[in-house]
Amino acid sequence: MTAVIDKPDSLLYDGADWDYDQIKRVYDAIENIALKDMGLNVYPNQIEVITAEQMLDAYSSIGMPLMYKHWSFGKHFARDEMLYRKGYRGLAYEIVINSSPCISYIMEENTMTMQTLVIAHAAFGHNHFFKNNQLFQQWTDAEGILDYLEFAKSYIAQCEDRYGHHAVERVLDAAHALMNQGVHKYPKKRSLDLRLEQKRERERQEYQEQTFNDLWRTVPKAAVGGNRPSKSVSERKKLLGLPEENLLYFLEKKAPRLEHWQREILRIVRHMAQYFYPQKQTKLMNEGCATYTHYTILNEMHQRGMISEGAMLEFLHSHTSVVFQPEFDDQRFSGINPYALGFAMMQDIQRIAETPTDEDRYWFPDLAGRGDGMGALRDAWANFRDESFVLQYLSPHLMRKFKMFSVRDDAEDPYLLVENIHNERGYRGIRKLLARQYDLGFLEPDIQIVDVDLAGDRKLILHHRVTNGVLLDESDAKAVLRHIANLWGYEVQLVEVSALSDAILKEHAVTAPSGIGG
Amino acid sequence: MNIIDRRLNPQGKSLANRQRFLRRAKEQVVKAVRDASGKRGIQDIENGEKVTISTGGVREPSFHRSGAGGVRDYVVPGNKEYVEGDTIARPEGGGGRGGNEGSPDGEGDDDFRFVLSREEFLDIFLEDLELPDLVKQKVKQTESHSLTRAGYSVTGSPANLNLVRTMRNSLSRRIALKRPKPADMLELEALLREAEDRGDDPETLREMRDQLERHYLRSKRIPFIDPIDVRYNRFETVPKPIAQAVMFCLMDVSGSMTEHMKDLAKRFFMLLFLFLKRRYRSVDIVFIRHTHEAKEVDEDTFFYSTETGGTVVSTALEEMQRIVKERYPENEWNIYAAQASDGDNMSSDNARSAALLRDGILPLCQYFAYIEVAAEHNMGLSALGRETELWRTYKTVQGPDLPIAMRRVRSRREIFPVFRDLFAREKAGA
Repeated sequence: MTAVIDKPDSLLYDGADWDYDQIKRVYDAIENIALKDMGLNVYPNQIEVITAEQMLDAYSSIGMPLMYKHWSFGKHFARDEMLYRKGYRGLAYEIVINSSPCISYIMEENTMTMQTLVIAHAAFGHNHFFKNNQLFQQWTDAEGILDYLEFAKSYIAQCEDRYGHHAVERVLDAAHALMNQGVHKYPKKRSLDLRLEQKRERERQEYQEQTFNDLWRTVPKAAVGGNRPSKSVSERKKLLGLPEENLLYFLEKKAPRLEHWQREILRIVRHMAQYFYPQKQTKLMNEGCATYTHYTILNEMHQRGMISEGAMLEFLHSHTSVVFQPEFDDQRFSGINPYALGFAMMQDIQRIAETPTDEDRYWFPDLAGRGDGMGALRDAWANFRDESFVLQYLSPHLMRKFKMFSVRDDAEDPYLLVENIHNERGYRGIRKLLARQYDLGFLEPDIQIVDVDLAGDRKLILHHRVTNGVLLDESDAKAVLRHIANLWGYEVQLVEVSALSDAILKEHAVTAPSGIGG
Repeated sequence: MNIIDRRLNPQGKSLANRQRFLRRAKEQVVKAVRDASGKRGIQDIENGEKVTISTGGVREPSFHRSGAGGVRDYVVPGNKEYVEGDTIARPEGGGGRGGNEGSPDGEGDDDFRFVLSREEFLDIFLEDLELPDLVKQKVKQTESHSLTRAGYSVTGSPANLNLVRTMRNSLSRRIALKRPKPADMLELEALLREAEDRGDDPETLREMRDQLERHYLRSKRIPFIDPIDVRYNRFETVPKPIAQAVMFCLMDVSGSMTEHMKDLAKRFFMLLFLFLKRRYRSVDIVFIRHTHEAKEVDEDTFFYSTETGGTVVSTALEEMQRIVKERYPENEWNIYAAQASDGDNMSSDNARSAALLRDGILPLCQYFAYIEVAAEHNMGLSALGRETELWRTYKTVQGPDLPIAMRRVRSRREIFPVFRDLFAREKAGA
């Protein structure tokens, strides 16, 4: 044996250190496999090298390269930094942004193998998913997001200059508290164009300035309790578009005492919430898709002799720790790992399409034996979200592999009940329940604005439709109601109503805030 | 694909967010800092500090379901022995067995921990303390200069050439003098060539040639960039004023001063030093120790070596007066003095000390703080009203308009409150 081992010509890199040439070569090789062999379709890529410090920065502003300023980001930064410095938590290997060009951050201290993994995972896996999944196509505007963020950032900075930090913070706090209730869950007529948003903001402002006429101030106001006949309740609701589940939208459009800039801030936060909504709904699939992609690409590169055995082992080490699923009685268990289940389901789909068993033929008549595993996966990635994906593709084979079982926890019973296990009788039950665990519509409380009497005391009434008898967390609900009252300017009431019997289970109310406005 | 190196981008992008966060959590952070400063030594007060605050003021509420009550279903992996219909005893700690239930950001009502940088810590630690009588912030020591932009000039070094200005001037001059554009001339040449090829009327050809010739001449006469266009960035050196202060530490080191007392004194001096450092760019310290005679010493000797001898306070005051005269002219320096003593003094010296202080020292000082340190177990004596020699002496000096303050300190715990008490910003808005 000689002391020097010759490096085979086909290797793209050797050793742990990376440089730009190697990244470029590796990128080209990955691109070749991803586009030609796997048939992926991606936005143009932009890869940005950052330091650990900058990675922490990016974390705290929910991964976005530009973000308006708010104390909550500072809070998250302080906590993440603390956890990182103390060694409680490592940093993510990458962050990827759903934009065009698709921006992936890679960290300088990663080894070349890690950079390869990250490029395959983020710049191709996530990127393909962002570009092709129907949820993202429908709800997000990858081309416009960076410009819009720029606009949002400078707009909010301007507001801070003009109206003071405190006033802006007050609106942002309230808007952030309602972020989960600030999304449209059903498609609108018009698709989203974030580029137009800036223009529309200007137009609204100009219109207001043009039509401003000071004379209106002098017109005598109608006597209190006016002589207008009060309309019927249903007519009133129809006029206001009630019931409305997008609380931010309703407040932006209808809250009587907000200033123009306050509405615009609500709008910005609402757009942020809407932008992230598909990501929340596709965590499992998105990670599954990216993990499957990097696994396939790295294996292919190894087979073609592009990466060394050592690099492959290093890759397998990180890959297996990413897709590790602790069992429920393990100390490390904290729910189902989306990387593990996502990756397993992708592999399973390929298996069913290419080498199905009889059971698979029975469960997936359309898919089994179809042959083109990659094609089946691309279909799945384009057309589903987590909930429907699990419902459609979770196979008995996988349920057995994960040894899944479902447990019912009824607060009235002294014990927990095992309802379904991974057997013939339990497959459908488990699949249904697991799908529901990924259903945001089910996970998030169903809260709607049901009524407001604009001519009367203007009390805003919200209903929470309680499913399975689980009420809202009281102290948080109270705090959010206070925020709503700050925006609305009048009394706000939240009623928790049973979805089954319409019985009122609990009421919360917050009185009108003393001072509102600027 | 693009690869962009962002590593050299400005750091601390989240600094503005952090400031907003600290402002938001101010009340709690201040409390945490005060608590923390009680526990740690003054020596390491300059380091950063990990503080823990309750999540109260920085909670981010959202509508979410509570962790208890109702019916929930969980699907979990790793079944080993269960079959359907089995019952499992409810695990301790409520129904959170499904894992990620609870508050969405996984924090709950736990305390929130983070690290304050040294600057932030000191800012909060010394917040709303004010130096009394800052009127005499003398401006001197102009050895520091900085360059400031000061418009444009027509002369300068090539490195300072302002390209934008230069080109703007050049462009406007070219437009004003109607210098033919290169594009126009190319066009004219092309037209001429075409006309020649076509064999146009020689008269027109000649006219075109003449015109082209005129253009050439004109563009030669009117240069693209003329020296009168050139502009340079102009810089001016601006002297930077430095407010400077000197701090005199006077301490009795006679045998009656125990280690405990010296420790207390040291802590007080450190605090004062930190505080002055935040207010003045440069702070000098002078250590003067005294028994029956006074001497200027370095820091180590000051704190750690003991002397024997009697106690004559006036010697230290004289020494201070001498040093001020020699090195720190009072019209150029802000002078602060802190004296620590156990209160002993030779009786015969009292009158002299009082006179020195009143007529010699106080007129020089911005502020004179007298700290009387006492042994911890010695609590009863002064409480009974038996004042020490020095205390009584200085009390005669005290007057409403004089910059002197006197406090007693017995234990470490009292140091910071006393310090705050001395420097707390006047509420009445004096």
